[in-house]
Amino acid sequence: MIEISTAEDKEYVCISVGGEVDASSSIQLDTTIQNAVSDGYKKIMIDCSGLNYISSAGLGVFMSYIQELEIKEINMVIFGLQDKVFHVFQILGLDQLLKIVDDEKSAKGLLNVI
Amino acid sequence: MLYNYKASCSTDKLQEIRQFIDDLLRQHGLSDVESHKVVLAVDEVCANLIIHSHGCDANESIEISVEFKTDKTTVFEIKDHGEAFNMAQYKEPSLSDIIRTKKKGGIGLMLVNRIMDKIEFYQSNGYNVCRLTKDFKKQ
Repeated sequence: MIEISTAEDKEYVCISVGGEVDASSSIQLDTTIQNAVSDGYKKIMIDCSGLNYISSAGLGVFMSYIQELEIKEINMVIFGLQDKVFHVFQILGLDQLLKIVDDEKSAKGLLNVI
Repeated sequence: MLYNYKASCSTDKLQEIRQFIDDLLRQHGLSDVESHKVVLAVDEVCANLIIHSHGCDANESIEISVEFKTDKTTVFEIKDHGEAFNMAQYKEPSLSDIIRTKKKGGIGLMLVNRIMDKIEFYQSNGYNVCRLTKDFKKQ
């Protein structure tokens, strides 16, 4: 079961992802990020503090945006990962390819928003 | 100890499969982080079978068995009657290829390869079997 909500500000959007992102639910994460990109946001925060599980389907969603975000100069920061979930990002070295920080404060700092 | 579980080929069942594996691993004293990784590996194999070999046809099913051996290795077998997977033809994609092409296939097996100590695919008694071995002595 995945839970996704978004909070939009003038400058940025924060997507909160909770529950479990697997082969059956990753499409919802994909759609939400796609909407944020289509809406023209240049700053995207992903709050994963409620995320208990991610499989390759979810990792694949994040990976599929790396190039597009770079081309469109969109800054995306992931924060709040539990240790066990962060470890899954580390297994494939995705922690080096995505911007991942500890908490919301650090994410806002990196995006230069208040 | 040998435990068995049978699930219909629907991605909705993945959560139940993960719960089954996690409960067993936790009963056998594994930590949250360690169990999480192994659950992930089994989930990846099951998701591949359900989606690619069975086209999410809920009338079909996969069978999972978990055997805790006395030498601290644990063997997970996932059996089905679907299309056999040919490991010899599998070439691990590079992360840069996945990012460039946006093709997500292959990431799951990359994870399984890194988490488990041994992966075997074979056929037995009319079943395709994926056998994953984890040696918990190495922790």
